Amino acid sequence: MYNRTIEIVVGLFIIVGVGALAVLAFQVSGLSTKMDTGTYKVYAQFDDLGGLTVRGRVSMAGVTIGKVSDIVLDKESYMALVEMELYGTVDNLTTDSNAAIQTAGLLGEKYISISVGADEEYLVDGDTIFDTQSALNIEKLIGTFASGK
Amino acid sequence: MLNYLRNLGRLAIHTVSVLGRSGVFLAQSLIGVPDVRNGFPLLLKQLYAVGVLSLVIIVVSGLFIGMVLGLQGYNLLVDYGSEQAIGQMVALTLVRELGPVVTGLLFAGRAGSALTAEIGLMKATEQLTSMEMMGVDPLRRIIAPRLWAGFISMPLLAMIFSVVGIWGGMLVGVDWLGVYEGSFWANMQSSVSFQDDVLNGVIKSIVFGFVCTWIAVFQGYDSVPTSEGISVATTKTVVYSSLAVLGLDFVLTAVMFTAF
Repeated sequence: MYNRTIEIVVGLFIIVGVGALAVLAFQVSGLSTKMDTGTYKVYAQFDDLGGLTVRGRVSMAGVTIGKVSDIVLDKESYMALVEMELYGTVDNLTTDSNAAIQTAGLLGEKYISISVGADEEYLVDGDTIFDTQSALNIEKLIGTFASGK
Repeated sequence: MLNYLRNLGRLAIHTVSVLGRSGVFLAQSLIGVPDVRNGFPLLLKQLYAVGVLSLVIIVVSGLFIGMVLGLQGYNLLVDYGSEQAIGQMVALTLVRELGPVVTGLLFAGRAGSALTAEIGLMKATEQLTSMEMMGVDPLRRIIAPRLWAGFISMPLLAMIFSVVGIWGGMLVGVDWLGVYEGSFWANMQSSVSFQDDVLNGVIKSIVFGFVCTWIAVFQGYDSVPTSEGISVATTKTVVYSSLAVLGLDFVLTAVMFTAF
């Protein structure tokens, strides 16, 4: 029946369209439902972010273990306060862990690299990492070198 | 001089009255209790004509635009040794701008002109008047399903366009030029945000669909019922819709993607 074919084709069209939205959501923008359930927040203060942005990667040994969820200026210490969302599965970071801002390649994006210390206690939700290392500022380095200080 | 002023005034009054007429026309077609049992098959038929039949042109153009973006982006980025950022570039360009805009332009050319010509011919052959004679409201029976079909199809088409385009970009970037597939997707996922990029693109396409369909249907309904009138109305549809899409795109981009 003619009408029936049209119904089926239009139904397929709508399914494909909604499927396209799903692809855009999950494949292209990396929206993931399981990430929301198991994350905890950790804070760190840096002197200089050097181009780190929200949604930047937080990694350990090159493996992504979370993302930068917020960046604000701490008005009292005049330092950048970075809020990181780490996956709940990585729950054994020691309290004396080190957070360093690094660059992927020479010109790539900035990300936070975390390396663990030797403490017996682990970071929990809301803790702050005190041992931090700011971004390597190439202009500052060249400036120091050029002025011979 | 006086004549010139008179013409200017007449033009202004004419423009305002056309705008008002199109507003009243839109309100009359959309307001009112929809007749689900009789209206749904009509809507389906229009969805088929407006949406499904536009799929081929949308998919083919999406594929080619994605492939061109992949090629151009690769040539530009390879100089800086960051050709893995190609996924990010293709996806952001398509989702934010090209998806909704090019789909809007193609939609105006493919579906909008057909709607105008169809309704204009109905008017010229007095089918609309005879419907009124039989006590059938042509706004509800002819216009409303076409409007709704346009509103529904356009966002779906734009999303399909973006997905096919990204796939085309991947075809060129990953399979042909040899960018590593993992970093292609990882770069894309870390830079494309669902709320800021994908949803704003969808909102854009909804707005474009609304405007294009409205212009097309109104131009047909308001056309001079002669063969020349229909041709003028069809031209107007394509010109006005394209200008409206490009102009609105600027306004929407300024509102959505400005940092402050």
